[in-house]
Amino acid sequence: MVEPLLRVTGLEVHFPIRSALLRRRTGTVRAVDGVTLEVARGETLAIVGESGCGKTTTGKSILRLIEPTGGSIRFDGEEITHHSARQLSPFRRRMQIVFQDPYASLNPRMSVGGILAAPFEIHRIGDAKDRADRVAELLRTVGLPPEAARRYPHEFSGGQRQRIGIARALALRPELVIGDEPVSALDVSIQAQIINLMKRLQAELGLAYIMISHNLAVVSHVADRVAVMYLGRVVETAPREALFFEARHPYTQALLSAVPEPVPGRRRARHVPQGDVPSPSRPPSGCHFHPRCPHAMPRCAEEAPASRIIAPGHAVACHLVTP
Amino acid sequence: MSAAAAPPQSQSGRIWSRFRRHRLALAGGFVVALLLASALFAPLLAPQDPTLLDTALRFRPPFADWHFPLGTDELGRDTLSRLLWGGRVSLTVGLVAMITTVMTGALIGITAGFIGGFVDTLLMRFVDTMLCFPQVFLLLVVAAFVPPTLLSISLIIGLTSWMEVSRIVRAEILNLKEQDFVAAARALGASRTRIMFRELLPNAAAPILVAATLKVASAVLMESYISYLGYGVQPPLASWGNMLTNAQGYFDTVPWLAILPGVAITLTVMGFNFLGDGLRDALDPRLRMDP
Repeated sequence: MVEPLLRVTGLEVHFPIRSALLRRRTGTVRAVDGVTLEVARGETLAIVGESGCGKTTTGKSILRLIEPTGGSIRFDGEEITHHSARQLSPFRRRMQIVFQDPYASLNPRMSVGGILAAPFEIHRIGDAKDRADRVAELLRTVGLPPEAARRYPHEFSGGQRQRIGIARALALRPELVIGDEPVSALDVSIQAQIINLMKRLQAELGLAYIMISHNLAVVSHVADRVAVMYLGRVVETAPREALFFEARHPYTQALLSAVPEPVPGRRRARHVPQGDVPSPSRPPSGCHFHPRCPHAMPRCAEEAPASRIIAPGHAVACHLVTP
Repeated sequence: MSAAAAPPQSQSGRIWSRFRRHRLALAGGFVVALLLASALFAPLLAPQDPTLLDTALRFRPPFADWHFPLGTDELGRDTLSRLLWGGRVSLTVGLVAMITTVMTGALIGITAGFIGGFVDTLLMRFVDTMLCFPQVFLLLVVAAFVPPTLLSISLIIGLTSWMEVSRIVRAEILNLKEQDFVAAARALGASRTRIMFRELLPNAAAPILVAATLKVASAVLMESYISYLGYGVQPPLASWGNMLTNAQGYFDTVPWLAILPGVAITLTVMGFNFLGDGLRDALDPRLRMDP
């Protein structure tokens, strides 16, 4: 079997809740609670779910921007979960991230040239002259004029800023780019441009993407495979077509039925889950989804369902589903 | 900060236009510029040698004689010349103390804010401890043991007044370090030092600049205190503080000897304070301007 580019096994990120006065641990937020994922070279895995389901935390902890409290992250066969900053350095060149908010992700006091030269400075690549050439090249790659290097982030629109963010992520020629809702802060008219830019760059540079999103329209456009998360766990993983047409987990079905139909009058039967998403500091017992699930059985409250493979590349964690 | 809507003009242009509307700040800036120029060119502007004694010409009143435009003191020295040279001393102490304050405060604030945890607790409790003592008391205790030179006085003042700056910088850093551009730098593998000084510190420049301006004013005042109490700038070198000391014996008979350095100190302190307030309003768009 070919080793995937990234293999995440049983990833956990638990944040302690501490009391105000004595800083005693009074509880735990299980933001990510046993996530298992794989990403092959050149493919796009989408992670979808409601806000607060832990998808962003998953992305950031894969890059060790948030320290995982359990599980394992293997990049290109090497276990990096416990690597020190120094050991991590070569992997920093191979894995990058594009952030959601193009306003907060660029340093307002640094020129665009400074922002894009930073990756080369940090990894001591080239000299000043060489770096300026590389910055111009990066700007051209993402469709911005080379003069942009002398300007500051506030002089650009949201879409242009996101192009700068993408250019920064690509500076070190990574193999994996994590897009943390890279288009959800942008105008709808700009979203397609950025998506198309990212797809073009993927084709040209052979990138693998993890696209974190709550927008199923975006996901259907970019993903090869989709992982659906609910309260810190992956409930279903499937190739794109299988997910959109043969979803098996009740939560995935509910998510899909909530997508607006572009054609009026052609409404699908909607089964929207009842109630709110429970707090990840006190998740329900057994299957996290059981209090909102239309098909819940007594067993669902007692036992967390294991993930079962029901078709090639299609895994579901639900007691209803038998292979 | 500068987020949202596309700005119609450059950032510095907007800051300047906000600053210009602040009349007191403009006046403060003008006074400060004037004081700095007069201190810089004191050797050219002073009509006399500030240490030249002439006991035959003691206590000349101001505006009586164009050789001594502001009169003479108890030893017959020219008051205007002493004010100009004393301003040089007082402003030097003010600026050096401010630089010391800002560097110490910024370093401690950024370390506490960025590293956090135990280091933060330790540094901030140290700040609390320092703040427990009145600054004059700290100054006098240290000044009693250290021989007073311009540099030592400046350092003593600087090292007893950095606490506020460190709190301001820490608060700013706590806010900034959660932003995505810091996460981006970490994802690129940037070192802590790089993140602290290249990414974070420039973003805290505005409050630091404001604090720096206000600190010059308080350092000038502190220098006057300790010189007045005799621990500061030593005669015959003139400073506004020790001119006050010399004047106190004659306050009932020749009050202008005390009034003139007093006015100089007041002008300096008010000038820097108004300038600082104006900068704060101009640099922080969240604050609304008074009409």
